[in-house]
Amino acid sequence: MTTGNRPLSPHLQVYRPQVTSVVSILHRITGVGMAFGSIFFVYWIGAAAYGPEAFAASKELMTSWLGIMFLFGWSFAAYFHMCNGIRHLFWDMGLGFEKEQYASSGRAVFVCSIILTIITWLIV
Amino acid sequence: MAEFSLPANSVPSEGEHTPAPAGAKNVRTIEIYRFDPDTGDNPRIDKFDIDLADCGPMVLDVLIKIKNEVDPTLTFRRSCREGICGSCAMNIDGTNTLACLKPLEDIKGDVKIYPLPHMPVIKDLVPDLSTPYAQYREIEPWIQADTAAPANGERLQSVEDRAKLDGLWECILCFSCSTSCPSYWWNGENGYLGPAVLLQAYRWLVDSRDEATGKRLDNLEDPFRLYRCHTILNCTQTCPKGLNPGKAIAETKKMIMERKL
Repeated sequence: MTTGNRPLSPHLQVYRPQVTSVVSILHRITGVGMAFGSIFFVYWIGAAAYGPEAFAASKELMTSWLGIMFLFGWSFAAYFHMCNGIRHLFWDMGLGFEKEQYASSGRAVFVCSIILTIITWLIV
Repeated sequence: MAEFSLPANSVPSEGEHTPAPAGAKNVRTIEIYRFDPDTGDNPRIDKFDIDLADCGPMVLDVLIKIKNEVDPTLTFRRSCREGICGSCAMNIDGTNTLACLKPLEDIKGDVKIYPLPHMPVIKDLVPDLSTPYAQYREIEPWIQADTAAPANGERLQSVEDRAKLDGLWECILCFSCSTSCPSYWWNGENGYLGPAVLLQAYRWLVDSRDEATGKRLDNLEDPFRLYRCHTILNCTQTCPKGLNPGKAIAETKKMIMERKL
């Protein structure tokens, strides 16, 4: 479509973020984050196969404060993506599509993923 | 690839600030997106301090007041002033709605008014809606049936079948939903039909009198037309008529799945 020199009206710049839209974009961000995390996971498995020195080096890396920070982030990303993935499975069956359920199921995803992350880190 | 920032010619600059008249009792600042195609300048954000003591309760009332009393060049679409024509759809206080149905009272702080998001702007609050209109045409929004209509009159429908159209026929095609959808922002020009048009597509899919369901589903089964919906749900959250395009799209996806089983 030709628009001449017409400006494009503001979009992301002015649109108010809502529970539903924030959960949606976080689903994608956590997905991308986990994809990067899986590279780290392969390194860890590879180090274990390579030998004790390599494994010790990987352990040192992962127990550094930066490593722990990333692992914490990845564990939250995994739980968030899983919980919202379950929400999507319900949607795919046509369930949970009433207006008042949208934001509340989104909040439930937040609460569940935070609780699961905390429980995981209390165990390890 | 999605373009998250505005093109250089679209970034708004600060505009003029019109002070309230002397003796104003209940002043509120209204910020309005302005674009004048005759100058070719970038859009700007004008501020108007308006006395709401002698103004109607809705955002449309204050827009009309500004046009009548402060700046007659202010341009916006409006007609029915009661939420049935869909002309005054715009972005108010961060979400899309009809100016005539949005009470000023519901807005905290300054009242920020922009045109419907991610659309080419013709002037001020008037967007070019050619793309969604063309997409509406694409779904062939009329009854299609090979069976001849009864000789003695109309095609009848049971009460139950008619009830399936509730929540669909009320759509006034204001495109608040489509222009609230980030996926429509990034993919509308690539073929994604957007929530308003998909709600209408579903309106014909579930009409018991329509016999073109298979063809309609064939036309929708496409990575862009239908499946760019990622259930972000800005559409349903913003619909000024309280409709649920998110659900209509999900039901359409289900219909495509079920006919394969």
